[in-house]
Amino acid sequence: MELRLRGVGHSYGARAVLRGIDIDIPAGQIVCIVGPSGCGKSTLLRMMGGLEEPDLGEVLQVGQAPEDCLNPLTYIFQDFALLPWRTVAGNVSLVLEDHGVKGADARAMIEDVLKRTRLSDFADALPRQLSGGMKQRVAIARALVVNPAVMLMDEPLSALDSQTRELLMDDLISLWTRTPFTAVYVTHNLAEAVRLGHRIVVLSRRPGEVREVVTLEKPLEARAYGDADLEVQQKHLWELMRAEAAAADAELIGG
Amino acid sequence: MDNPVKKVVFRGGGFAPVTRRWVGFIVFLVLLLAVEWGTRTGVISPLTLPKPSDVLQTFAELYSSGLLFQHLLPSLSRLAVGAALGASLGIGVGLLMGLFSFIRAGLVPLVAAIFPIPKIALLPLFVIWFGIDEGSKYALIAFGTFTPTVVATYAAVDNVDRTLIRMGQSFGLSWLSIVRKIVLPGAMPGILAGLRISLAIAIILLVAAEMLGAEYGIGAYILEAGSLYDLERLFAGVVILSVLGVLVSAVIGAIEKRVLNWRS
Ligand SMILES: Nc1ncnc2c1ncn2[C@@H]1O[C@H](COP(=O)(O)OP(=O)(O)O)[C@@H](O)[C@H]1O
Ligand SMILES: [Mg+2]
Repeated sequence: MELRLRGVGHSYGARAVLRGIDIDIPAGQIVCIVGPSGCGKSTLLRMMGGLEEPDLGEVLQVGQAPEDCLNPLTYIFQDFALLPWRTVAGNVSLVLEDHGVKGADARAMIEDVLKRTRLSDFADALPRQLSGGMKQRVAIARALVVNPAVMLMDEPLSALDSQTRELLMDDLISLWTRTPFTAVYVTHNLAEAVRLGHRIVVLSRRPGEVREVVTLEKPLEARAYGDADLEVQQKHLWELMRAEAAAADAELIGG
Repeated sequence: MDNPVKKVVFRGGGFAPVTRRWVGFIVFLVLLLAVEWGTRTGVISPLTLPKPSDVLQTFAELYSSGLLFQHLLPSLSRLAVGAALGASLGIGVGLLMGLFSFIRAGLVPLVAAIFPIPKIALLPLFVIWFGIDEGSKYALIAFGTFTPTVVATYAAVDNVDRTLIRMGQSFGLSWLSIVRKIVLPGAMPGILAGLRISLAIAIILLVAAEMLGAEYGIGAYILEAGSLYDLERLFAGVVILSVLGVLVSAVIGAIEKRVLNWRS
């Protein structure tokens, strides 16, 4: 399944947030969206997942989601959004219960997804007992268990320290290489974008417009921390964004 | 040149809650002993306060005569029925107000209007509406627990983390599932904190409820002792109410420990 955005524009009251956004999210690829803070990245992602409606334009779903897909458009949130009163397994089970998956089937699916995210030993732990990185892995497990057609990730690693971030990026890459998934990955961190993105969409400052789309040919599994060619790409992205970020930073909040 | 070497002075103490188990008990004991000493030596006149040892003796007599349970049981059942009615209605209405903006808009002014009414003033009205027997007593206690429970519940629903609700929606959970699995557990800490207050109010209202048409009951016992200026019996009754308060609070504490073990 693919996502196609056509002429998406949005305003909150008098404040224009997004303008004329055209983006294609091809199946089996990770599309990163980068842009200065406040440019409308989160808003755009909410629209892709049907949590908000754009004033202008449309978000289209091309093709059918696979048969075994329980929740085609699935989010991973920056602040994890785990239920603190449920265990790791309980948080994963939450999203199966409503889709009628119960009993042995559910248990097998939960066990499998916890194994894939290396959380098997923590099935009965409560979120408060977990580190930030572990919490986000639980959230990734919860997203994977519903077999999403498109994963929508809003700065999933921004609440983590940089070492944990590296580890989780490796996790995401190995998950993707084993079974390629489609994802939109919003971030303000250019290093994450060049590590994880097959395609990087650079947005301007508010109102967000597409400044440039960069395609990276190097396969994900061949990319590593500190690769020279990735550094070059990252530098190019930074040059695109620098002026925008500076201007965005100098704006009055709420102005 | 020799630079003077000095240890950095620690200034980060205090302002952190620490559990000190026996302090409360000791304060209580010291107060009692002081009153006992005061009444024995005459520093405190017998008209001001009864001797704690006399109160204890009155209590023992109450127990051995079997009157204690004759008073306690009707009071406990009034408390249980009234508080259960008021609290469950309160939680129900509070949830509806938290979930539906229409209901909230309609009821917030009403709740604000009835909250400050001293419910005791309405006792005669309840007697007319629900009869002089148990009905009016249940109604008074229920009404008194209802309003604080409503306010605590809808505030607790408001405080549920919106990102968790968004998460539920994004995974396609049904409305009922979101309420049952996200809103209710998320509001539970606030609801239980509210119950603590509501149940204390229920105990206060117990005495008021037994002002009219009650032969037996802790409240009736206290009111009778009060009208006769029988301070020993008055205090024996008051002690029973205090113990009841401590017990209720302990029960809620135990429930919190079980239900909210995910916090800490
Ligand atoms: N629900 C909302 N109501 C009003 N303004 C909003 C709302 N959500 C976001 N905004 C505004 O829209 C702009 C873009 O927000 P957001 O999409 O969160 O940006 P980003 O994720 O790129 O930092 C910001 O200026 C923000 O203040
Ligand atoms: Mg954002």
